Amino acid sequence: MRKHYNIIIIGAGPSGLSAATRAAEQSADYLLLEAASAPANTIRHYQRRKLVMAEPRALPLRSPLPFSASLRENVLETWEKIIADYKINIRYNTKVSGISRTAKHLEIQLEDGESFTADNVILAIGVQGNLRKLEIPGGDVPEVQYHLDDPDAYQNETIVVVGGGDTGVENALALTGRNQVMILNRAEDFSNLKDSNLNHLTEARQKGAIDWLLQTKPQSIERNSSGDFPITLFASTPNGIERIPCHRIIARLGALPSRPVLENFGVAFPTADAGALPMLSASYESNVPGLYIIGALAGYPLIKQGINQGYEVIEHILGNPVESADNELLREKFSSFCDDRGVDDVLVKIQKNVPLLAMLSTLQLRELVLESNIVLSEPGDYIFRRNDYSTTFFFIVEGELDVLIDDDEHPDDHLKTGEFFGEMALVSGRRRPGTVRARTKCVLIETPRRLMQKLINSVQSMRRILNEVAIKSVVQICIGLSLDEEELNDVASHAILKSFEAGEELFHEGDDADGLYLIQSGSVTVSRMIAGREVVLFYVAAGNYVGEMSLVSGEPRYATVRAAVATDAVMIKADRMREIIARNPEIRGALDTRYLQHLQDQEKREQLENAPSGGGSLTSQSTQSNLISFLIQQGVGEATDVLLIDESLCVRCNLCEDACANTHGGASRLDRDTGPIFANIRVPTSCRHCEHPHCMKDCPPDAIHRAPHGEVYIDDSCIGCGNCQQNCPYDVIQMAVIHEQPERSLWQMLLGIQPKIPDDTEGTKVAVKCDMCKDIKEGPVCVRACPVGAALRVNPEGLLGYASGTSGEVNLIGANEA
Amino acid sequence: MQRSNIFDYKNYLYFKIAVVIILVAFAAYLIFEPAVGHYGGSFLGYGLGTISALMVLWMAWYGVRKRRYRSSGSTQGWLSAHIYLGTAMTALVTLHSGFHYGMNIHTLAYGLLLVVVASGFFGNYTYMIYPRQMSENMGEDSLDSLLMRIAEADKLARQIALVMPDDINNTVSRACRETSIGLGLIDQLRGYQPNCPSAQAVDDLTAMANELNPEQRKLHRELYTIMVRRLSLVKRARQDLMYRARLGIWLYLHVPFTIALLVAMTAHIVAVFIYW
Ligand SMILES: Cc1cc2nc3c(=O)[nH]c(=O)nc-3n(C[C@H](O)[C@H](O)[C@H](O)COP(=O)(O)OP(=O)(O)OC[C@H]3O[C@@H](n4cnc5c(N)ncnc54)[C@H](O)[C@@H]3O)c2cc1C
Ligand code: HEM
Ligand code: SF4
Ligand code: SF4
Ligand code: SF4
Repeated sequence: MRKHYNIIIIGAGPSGLSAATRAAEQSADYLLLEAASAPANTIRHYQRRKLVMAEPRALPLRSPLPFSASLRENVLETWEKIIADYKINIRYNTKVSGISRTAKHLEIQLEDGESFTADNVILAIGVQGNLRKLEIPGGDVPEVQYHLDDPDAYQNETIVVVGGGDTGVENALALTGRNQVMILNRAEDFSNLKDSNLNHLTEARQKGAIDWLLQTKPQSIERNSSGDFPITLFASTPNGIERIPCHRIIARLGALPSRPVLENFGVAFPTADAGALPMLSASYESNVPGLYIIGALAGYPLIKQGINQGYEVIEHILGNPVESADNELLREKFSSFCDDRGVDDVLVKIQKNVPLLAMLSTLQLRELVLESNIVLSEPGDYIFRRNDYSTTFFFIVEGELDVLIDDDEHPDDHLKTGEFFGEMALVSGRRRPGTVRARTKCVLIETPRRLMQKLINSVQSMRRILNEVAIKSVVQICIGLSLDEEELNDVASHAILKSFEAGEELFHEGDDADGLYLIQSGSVTVSRMIAGREVVLFYVAAGNYVGEMSLVSGEPRYATVRAAVATDAVMIKADRMREIIARNPEIRGALDTRYLQHLQDQEKREQLENAPSGGGSLTSQSTQSNLISFLIQQGVGEATDVLLIDESLCVRCNLCEDACANTHGGASRLDRDTGPIFANIRVPTSCRHCEHPHCMKDCPPDAIHRAPHGEVYIDDSCIGCGNCQQNCPYDVIQMAVIHEQPERSLWQMLLGIQPKIPDDTEGTKVAVKCDMCKDIKEGPVCVRACPVGAALRVNPEGLLGYASGTSGEVNLIGANEA
Repeated sequence: MQRSNIFDYKNYLYFKIAVVIILVAFAAYLIFEPAVGHYGGSFLGYGLGTISALMVLWMAWYGVRKRRYRSSGSTQGWLSAHIYLGTAMTALVTLHSGFHYGMNIHTLAYGLLLVVVASGFFGNYTYMIYPRQMSENMGEDSLDSLLMRIAEADKLARQIALVMPDDINNTVSRACRETSIGLGLIDQLRGYQPNCPSAQAVDDLTAMANELNPEQRKLHRELYTIMVRRLSLVKRARQDLMYRARLGIWLYLHVPFTIALLVAMTAHIVAVFIYW
């Protein structure tokens, strides 16, 4: 076989296939290498008959490789036909293990030792490919698999699942009932599992449907020449080596991150951040000359994007000038305010006007503009108002705006061309702290939070600037005083940004005071050891500070402060803080007042806590601190709205669920009778509308949004990939088929008869979750349907404040207020 | 947590309205006494009758309203009104009848109304009492999880009983086989099984401890603990089913009799107009 090619494409996913098809069409000298034995391995592993969606809908497709929304089976079939028709020069079962640059060309190392050379390499290996393998003797037998595409395909088998993570356990559970299933877990328990998986697992074990071995590692696999079981797995357990004869082994050991692989190839990354994407030129070329990176690996998570890039890169390499497929979309975006220039000119102008955007590469800027709104506003228009829940970030391309922090109509601050605003939304996920209103005609770019986050991870200079700004506004918000510019800069330059995982301590009772902590995002609990147990005294939300008590008194830490949810805090060192206090009597006063207030609160709480009856104000059997801990555990600390059911009123009529299902395509978004209970209050399985919705993190078409009043909802561009379901820690997202609900006749309603719903399980499953009934006039129907007023939605800040005894009022959004 | 339930909804709004309605009706009844005595056909009788008939329709409409999820307002308010105004309406109807009863369609309609109202009162009682008891009985457990743990206990107990003397084995396996957890409606409503074999087994096991050798004694203790735990699970599951059954059963009177009432009331009105 020949060893040198002009172009070598690695990975036959949609991106690589598109490149190869275009190369074939142009009769280029190319070779396509694919690690698997068939093309498009990622898509091959979607669940059977999944509808592959063609998002973003507006993006035109430009490649000889056809693609439109269709069943997985059809997509694969079409592509296989294309491979045959174009006689694509593809080599299967060829895994690339190394790429290096020599003076003349790029050298490609294959896993089996062979090598190729090429002038240009297009790397399109996606992010799904690097699954950890079972590296044990016999680990390469065909009975070992790393995916489970169709659990129904296996019957009456003995199957060993290696790996005690969520994926492994979910696979194992899917196989129970029809098969004997055994899980091997390296750890000593399943404590890393999501709660629901853990519950299902324990339940299945109790029923005898599943078995597991803990602290157990696979050692080797042997083939059996006779008997019922084709293979035997030898595993080391705490009690010695165990022999496990079985039909099949499913190993779910997690994926290797792709960054080390790329770094191995010499590809540079702009920051050390785990979320950083490789540095690429406008034509997708990396810092290694001739090495192009496209598709999911380059940070474009959708099929269409990858296909277009495959085409463009080939054109670029062949020296044909090519206009990027999204140019038309950009032109349309720009047409509203500037139609006399080319797209590139407008982009240049934007970068000239806005220094922060000048830090982006052309590719990054294009992506930003594509995913953003161009907002044109007239003098007097409101961009957003104080207490809105919107989470977007704004760049001012042209114009001036006023900022209104307090209730009067008098502007408190002033923004002009080149500046930006809305940065608090990036960090805290809480309501907007102020109102922004246009003073002149303005051109703004409104960018979604998710995209800003992605850029901040990849662009060091942008991150530094935004961090500094964030620290300053946190100082201002938390301490509540306006320091002069110089003082503020001084504080900011000495502040340290610290991140804490949920449950991690900021500081511990008895420690020496290291400084003042301003809570930027998340929330914390303050607890003390009382009568030998840790008692939670307070809950402190973002926008406040902790740690001032020891700072003022000079004594060791008075209490332990712990992150209730993932929390970012700005720490100002103690000596720094003392200097500042010395210079600013105002701050001294504020801290002193806070200190005294805290002392009083604390004293009151401790007396309550020590009182024999517990003294809780919800019911006599509950103490406040238990209630706070319970609510925090249930995610109330990071919620913006929680559904509660008062079990002492609930008559179990299920009307809440029926109402939800009926108004939401037949799939109820709440599960009334699961979820923990405390003092007769149940937190049912239903969306908490988190401040930083975990579910939004990794949604390829960016289908999850937050409405101005805080509702987190999924729009109809959902592609059904299930990422959000995995990411939600409270397990409130389900995959369901949505049906139009039939009208019910009067009789059916009077007698409570459910009309027949066509049973069509073959429909497309999409992710569904509570949308707070944002499209229904009077709001949550679950609450309004409850005949006895047992279902209620609460504003957690109020509830937690109430539970901590710091505010008397609870904001209960019960039916009677609706 | 202070929040309104169906009784004190909006600070007893509907209770107050109901009281006013009843007082006004009584006053009218006492003031306007027709010469021939009170009867449905009097001026007042027609007034009360018309209002009552409309109210009955409105009461029945509650069944529709509670399933029209997109309509505005809260179902809780409707139910509160349903209960108080329904009670007031019963008083109106009684006055409307002028206490003339007989074997006719008019009294039939009145009787049906009383059944609906009586079942409504019973339902109300269950709504007031059972939810709290239910959650006290179940805690965080669900019925399914109880049943599963019972099945688990069955398996364990039977296994141990196999190596025990026959009488123990028999009583344990009878308990596992013959315990009914709300099989029929009657069992469900009652919430216990007469001569419950599980309770029996626990009693028997206490008595049977004496003739055992030391090895068996150890197993016996274990078996006994399992059976005691199992009995408490069984009792809780039965209780839960009982609450559910009682919370639901009265609606099987309330709704069909509502339909019957609507029919009878129509007949009553038609009849009155024909004989007029
Ligand atoms: C469950 C799920 C559902 C999804 N649904 C949709 C959808 O409906 N619509 C949509 O637009 N997007 C969807 N996506 C995203 C979409 O799958 C990816 O964006 C797309 O597959 C990326 O294409 P790619 O060509 O960059 O990489 P991939 O499709 O991942 O292809 C990479 C190829 O490279 C091969 N390879 C890997 N490593 C090597 C190596 N070292 N040497 C040689 N070959 C190698 C792999 O075997 C694979 O065939 C979904 C993703 C998931 C996980
Ligand atoms: C003419 C008199 C009445 C009529 C026609 C009537 C009719 C109805 C109807 C149709 C329902 C809906 C049942 C369902 O579909 O689930 C209902 C529910 C109910 N009624 Fe009545 N009712 C009457 C009087 C009363 C009275 C006097 C009371 C109480 C004192 C009462 C208490 C209730 C209760 C507690 C419910 C259940 C609410 C729920 O779970 O949604 N009813 N009634
Ligand atoms: S779906 Fe889950 S992660 Fe998303 S907002 Fe709701 S509770 Fe939070
Ligand atoms: S608020 Fe609306 S969408 Fe959410 S659970 Fe209730 S009924 Fe369902
Ligand atoms: S509607 Fe109310 S009473 Fe009925 S099940 Fe739901 S919470 Fe319970």
